[in-house]
Amino acid sequence: MRAVRHIALNVFRESIRDRVPYNLVLFAVLLIGSSFLLAQLTAGQDVKIIKDLSLAAASIFGLFIAIFIGIGLVSKEVERRSIYSLLAKPISRPQFIAGKYAGLVLTLAVNVAVMTVAMYAVLGYLTWIESPDFKASWEAPGPDPALLKAMFLIFIELMLVTALALFFSTFSSPLLSAALTFGLYVAGNFNTELRNFEHVVDSPAAAWGARVLYHVLPDLSAFDVKTQVVHGFPVAAGYLWSTAAYGAAYIAALLLAAMYIFSRRDFK
Amino acid sequence: MFPAILIEDLTKDYPVGFWRRRHYRALDRLSLSIEAGEVFGFLGPNGAGKTTTLKLLMQLIFPTSGRAEILGRPIGHVDARRRIGYLPENPYFYDYLTAEELLTYFAQLLDVPTAARRKRVAGLLDRVGIGRERRFQLRKFSKGMIQRVGIAQALLNEPDVLFLDEPMSGLDPLGRRDVRSLILELRDQGRTVFFSSHILADAEALCGRVAVVAGGRLAAEGRLSELAEFTARGWELVVANLAPEALERLRPLATRVTEIGTGRYTLELPLTQAPERIIPEIASTGATVVSMNPVRETLEDFFIQRITEAGTGARGAMAEGEHARR
Ligand SMILES: Nc1ncnc2c1ncn2[C@@H]1O[C@H](COP(=O)(O)OP(=O)(O)O)[C@@H](O)[C@H]1O
Ligand SMILES: [Mg+2]
Repeated sequence: MRAVRHIALNVFRESIRDRVPYNLVLFAVLLIGSSFLLAQLTAGQDVKIIKDLSLAAASIFGLFIAIFIGIGLVSKEVERRSIYSLLAKPISRPQFIAGKYAGLVLTLAVNVAVMTVAMYAVLGYLTWIESPDFKASWEAPGPDPALLKAMFLIFIELMLVTALALFFSTFSSPLLSAALTFGLYVAGNFNTELRNFEHVVDSPAAAWGARVLYHVLPDLSAFDVKTQVVHGFPVAAGYLWSTAAYGAAYIAALLLAAMYIFSRRDFK
Repeated sequence: MFPAILIEDLTKDYPVGFWRRRHYRALDRLSLSIEAGEVFGFLGPNGAGKTTTLKLLMQLIFPTSGRAEILGRPIGHVDARRRIGYLPENPYFYDYLTAEELLTYFAQLLDVPTAARRKRVAGLLDRVGIGRERRFQLRKFSKGMIQRVGIAQALLNEPDVLFLDEPMSGLDPLGRRDVRSLILELRDQGRTVFFSSHILADAEALCGRVAVVAGGRLAAEGRLSELAEFTARGWELVVANLAPEALERLRPLATRVTEIGTGRYTLELPLTQAPERIIPEIASTGATVVSMNPVRETLEDFFIQRITEAGTGARGAMAEGEHARR
């Protein structure tokens, strides 16, 4: 267990030294800032725009981190052969995978946390300067605690995407892993459409294929509660936990598969 | 007592070819047994299968057939790795870490107690000659410096058994000397050292026993002094100020006489002409003995001969110009 922690902390240190998350966090912060300026021009709609932009930015930038660091986590070590001296230490290959994954999740957690703080800061400021007339027209309060629900599910989704990237990178090239992960991300977001697919087509084979895909592909649209939260519709706690449990199960399956594949690989 | 390293019929086939999968046998039924406390040289030309063997022992690749034990336990046992050290061939480490950070990270993975960690890391970096650069990121290190860091990381857990894949490669003459003295130091501490090399001189300076592999097969094994292939075939004597009549007296004893300059000759003598007898004889004529060396087959000659015998052609049998003829 200690080995997993050390590997994870090293991943975190690498991601910080590579400056990738710095740039992305900075970019996100800039975006939130500019959304604030934009909001000055659109009276009344400002909080909604800022909430939309912040949540979308957290999602997209997190996605880039998850994919671009995620695919390199394992493949870079194998390609550059730094894994040789590492695996000669008393750590098992599953521990290596677990440590790498935990490290990137830690990086993502820090990123999401920074973005959340930035978002609340902007919203708090807006609420403070806005006139009461405007505030009366808002569907939800400015620094709405419900936004945390959306951020929470975004984070779980990013954890799932990271697990996908890690899984693919244990057996395919970085480029292919990136393509596959991004492809699944897109497909996963349109997953609900697959369910309706069988009502649209005549061929039973195609309908059956769609149903299999629907069950195998991750249902990423489940993690998207941005619209509800921004418009002040309630999101039940039960929904949050069941969705998180679904994500956890999917992640566990991906990691187990990655560990299994990785444990049997020759490093040449 | 069990041997420190036991290798039995270890075989590795690499899949080659993209469309039609075929197999290339990189290692063919290798069997070796290395006692605890030995410095064992694993010799062979490039492509002989040395790195493949070491990677199999480290479980970085899995054998097609055969088995191996380290310290009495089948390889792959995570706990057995607590007591071994490994220097990969041309090692690469995380270039975003400093030498100090890398060793600290590895020491953590090896469960070196926190109290001892700092001292051990500093001591090892001193030992391999990394000075103030230890605070630089490894991306700024030269190949030789990385090699030194690689040796240091292999020693972090004070291992009982060390596996070094071409430990001298990338090092300057001073560095090679350092590594040699380090290996002898480890031997004196009772550790087992298994190192690969394509240079005979390294083995001659260090090893009790050697194994020679070529084309994935064990070609010879034993004490260097006892390996028929490497025992001296005769002597090479360089003399100066040799008078013509003295030369005529020596000529029948020599297999070959070459004049280098005036009064300066190289005499090739058969093994039966013991140096103890012939040197006083030369000295009594007033000549000077400049040098005397045993003539033996070099590892390179040996490789070429074996490989030609095996009919595979002289595939990469040349060492990097490091001839061990003495
Ligand atoms: N990943 C690989 N795929 C195919 N062949 C390989 C691979 N690695 C090594 N070989 C081949 O196996 C043989 C032994 O290689 P190696 O063990 O690296 O030799 P050495 O370390 O003695 O120079 C060589 O002929 C090499 O080309
Ligand atoms: Mg090699």
